[in-house]
Amino acid sequence: MAKKILIVDDEPNIVISLEFLMKKEGFDVAVAGDGEEALAKVAAFGPDLVLLDVMMPKKSGFEVCEALRADPARGGLLIVMLTAKGRDTEVAKGIALGADAYVTKPFSTKELVAKVKGMLAA
Amino acid sequence: MLSPGLILLVSAAYMGLLFAVARFGDARADAGRSIITANVYALSLAVYCTSWTFYGSVGRATSGGLSFLTIYIGPTLMLLFAGVIVKMIRIAKTQRLTSIADFIAARYGKSQLLAGLVTVIAVIGIVPYIALQLKAVAASLDVLIGKEGAGYLPAMFDSTLIIAALLALFTILFGTRHLDATERHEGMVAAVAFESVVKLVAFVAVGLFVTYGMFGGFAELFQRAAATPGLERLLQLDSAKAGTWAALILLSGLAIIFLPRQFQIIVVENVDESHLRRAVWLFPLYLVLINIFVLPLALGGLLHFQGQTFNPDTFVLTLPLARGAETLALLVFIGGLSAATGMVIVETIALSTMVCNDLVMPWLLRTRRFGVAEREDLSGLLLGIRRVAIVAILLLGYIYFRAAGEAYALVGIGLISFAAVAQFAPAVFGGMYWKQGTHAGAVAGLLGGFAVWLYTLLLPSFAKSGWIDKGFVENGLFGIGALKAQALFGLAGLDEISHSLWWSLFVNIGLYVAVSLWSRPDAVEAGQAERFVDVFKHAGRGTDARLWRGTASAEELVGLLDRFLGRPRARQQLANYAAGRGLDDWRSLPVDAEFVRFAETQLSGAIGSASARVMVASVAKEEDLGLDEVLDILDEATQVRAYSRELEAKQQELEAATAELREANERLRELDRMKDDFISTVTHELRTPLTSIRALSEMLHEDPEIDVDDRTRFLGIIVNEAERLTRLINQILDMAKLESGRAEWTTGEVDVAAIVREAMDSVGQLFRDKAVALEGEIPDSVPAVLADRDRLTQVMINLLSNAVKFVAGGSGRVKVRVVAGERALRVEVIDNGPGLTPEECVVIFEKFRQGGNTMTDKPQGTGLGLPISRQIVEYFGGNLWVESSPGAGATFVFTVPLPAHE
Repeated sequence: MAKKILIVDDEPNIVISLEFLMKKEGFDVAVAGDGEEALAKVAAFGPDLVLLDVMMPKKSGFEVCEALRADPARGGLLIVMLTAKGRDTEVAKGIALGADAYVTKPFSTKELVAKVKGMLAA
Repeated sequence: MLSPGLILLVSAAYMGLLFAVARFGDARADAGRSIITANVYALSLAVYCTSWTFYGSVGRATSGGLSFLTIYIGPTLMLLFAGVIVKMIRIAKTQRLTSIADFIAARYGKSQLLAGLVTVIAVIGIVPYIALQLKAVAASLDVLIGKEGAGYLPAMFDSTLIIAALLALFTILFGTRHLDATERHEGMVAAVAFESVVKLVAFVAVGLFVTYGMFGGFAELFQRAAATPGLERLLQLDSAKAGTWAALILLSGLAIIFLPRQFQIIVVENVDESHLRRAVWLFPLYLVLINIFVLPLALGGLLHFQGQTFNPDTFVLTLPLARGAETLALLVFIGGLSAATGMVIVETIALSTMVCNDLVMPWLLRTRRFGVAEREDLSGLLLGIRRVAIVAILLLGYIYFRAAGEAYALVGIGLISFAAVAQFAPAVFGGMYWKQGTHAGAVAGLLGGFAVWLYTLLLPSFAKSGWIDKGFVENGLFGIGALKAQALFGLAGLDEISHSLWWSLFVNIGLYVAVSLWSRPDAVEAGQAERFVDVFKHAGRGTDARLWRGTASAEELVGLLDRFLGRPRARQQLANYAAGRGLDDWRSLPVDAEFVRFAETQLSGAIGSASARVMVASVAKEEDLGLDEVLDILDEATQVRAYSRELEAKQQELEAATAELREANERLRELDRMKDDFISTVTHELRTPLTSIRALSEMLHEDPEIDVDDRTRFLGIIVNEAERLTRLINQILDMAKLESGRAEWTTGEVDVAAIVREAMDSVGQLFRDKAVALEGEIPDSVPAVLADRDRLTQVMINLLSNAVKFVAGGSGRVKVRVVAGERALRVEVIDNGPGLTPEECVVIFEKFRQGGNTMTDKPQGTGLGLPISRQIVEYFGGNLWVESSPGAGATFVFTVPLPAHE
């Protein structure tokens, strides 16, 4: 069965490109445009992995990550944080909040796919 | 009437009690556990209230109404200058000064002449005052015993002489028990404080008895007085007497410090400067309490004894006796006795110290006849001299009392004494605050003031008693009208006290200042002037030590101390001093300037500063320092102080600079943090479009198989995002230029209406594309403003494209209004979009903060348009803001000021 990926970003064009990319790799994909929608989609869609943007209206990626990690039922959920802010403190904060990986924008599509596949395979 | 035996017994018992209090105080002082607290100190100040207060105030009130109060207002006001008194105490302590004569003499070069002069003035001024106390006690005895008791003593012993003798004995026991280097008598102070309580209790008791026992309280008493002819005037303030009041207030204010007994209690007997803080309010409170019943007693006496001739000075006794309250009368007598004895004891001790140190000792030391200079131990002799002086002063008082009797010269003698000691004021205050005051000036001022006092006050009082011819009072000396003793140079219309006070102080101050300015101080004087005026600054002894140069032998100096202080006391002081310098044994003390100064200070305590100076000079081989040298040293000390002040100022400056730097650093840090945030935000904004561009182009690049629809869509996104990136970069650069002030402006007269119309035309296509209505309400012509045409166009286009972005397609409407106001042009861009919350109305003007918050209508802006527009408008002196609420559309307004009218 195909692994399920939830893409969360407030930039429609980035959502378009990520959706296309992940679908092409054969994943089952759902999208969300802000933090609140992301939490709702996680509950409804039950993804294996979330690609999570940090800077979003309503609820930031950090808040979403924290909320997801607080839910023991989602213990196996993989979270990859995406951020356009490349500062070390942001990376450290994401990891501290329980993200499994941290990718800075703009990213290489090849590397992102490799990372996602690797994580889902492990 | 009371039996003489009973009165004698009670008086003796009371005196015994006083003595016990004094012994207790002395014993505690010797044990190092002083009983002189702030309260005791404040109460002891009430030695100011003598029998003159106790009996005389009521007498004065019967004739002068409220004017008796001036004698108590003056001291209260004087105590407000606590700083002056503290300085006086500090000077007296550091210099070991033991009397007012010593104080003045020490300041002006330790002058024996001045010390003697002040002593003579004090004795002449005070002896009548002591006579007054004797008279008061004698008079009160007479009232108490009554006519039928007369003859209880053999005629050769009159009661006043016995009282004087007893007081002398008592004073000797109190005041000359031993010779103390500090000349403090804690036992005496304790006894005086005790007496203050007794006289207050006695006076208040008789006041209550008369006011509430004989009359129905204050109200009734005053009503009856007001209704009685001749009495109503006592209740009113007489404005014609204002000059007298001022003189009396000044006089009593000076007396509270300069009467020898007051100087003794306030300055010499002070153990702790902080006690003064208590005295400043407690002593005035005491004065208020003891004065509350003065007027009621006066009125009560006048009402009760209407038509009879009774001495109003004895109302406090005769009123209770008239009602048969003999016990109360006895208590009042004891109160009066307290008032008299307290005054006599302290005054006599103070005067005897002055007479001994400043008159007798210098003379004895100079005449070889008695071999005083060679004697081994002089401390016994010193005590002997003081005891003789005490007896002599009281004897003088008694003689004066006998001679003056009921004569005029004893009436109001208190004020005459006050006026005498007021002569010390210029020399003392000048000496404390004016370094230029000299010995010659002080002598001239004192002599002049004293002479005027003698001529205008004391001698006329003798004349009125009939002892000398009245000619100089009535016709002037040698018949010269200008020299009339109580209308000097035609100054008539004042009462005699004011007249004498103004003239004597005028002459005194005038001579003091003029002669001081004209004369030059000698070396010792200049040094002392420095020590007095700058007493608070002389913390160290460095200057003091350098002001003495010479050689001395320890043996001789110690010998001096032994002789004047007595061996045990001298050795004890030496040991204390050595311990203070960190030495175990005083024999190892170096005989340096500091040691000589110590010896001199110790001697000052015993024999006064002037004599001490002479004695030290006699055993030490001193080099004379010239005045110039002394002034140099003092100048140097002043310079060192100036340097240290400068350093202090520099340090403060440095501290201020450091604080400023720290603040600046904080600001820089804050700016740095903001810049950091800005860069981080800019980075984010740049990376976001880049992310789409890179991801999509990589996919297109790697997968040629992507179908045409997707390919076209992706390429369209890439183009849009690239455009967005370009816009962003341009605006960031624009913003940076505006903020750093490097933007180029071409300012000229512009027609805002035309600019608005052009801007509307250039964005017309955007509106048509989205089917949004755009209308204008623009006057044909508006006043020209000074601005940059392109920049204003930029603002308009920004506002219009924002508007079209946020309104709904189809139903959206945008309206532009231009209004010419009085001071500015106002441009409004009104839309019917979703509106803004109050918070949003603020944040949209911050960089990279955009309105709109859902993915679907994510604005395609950079978040820099409004901040840039605001910068531009503000550059021209206008404002840009938004008026909006959610659901009600938004109105963006900017103003451009009109050029000021010529």
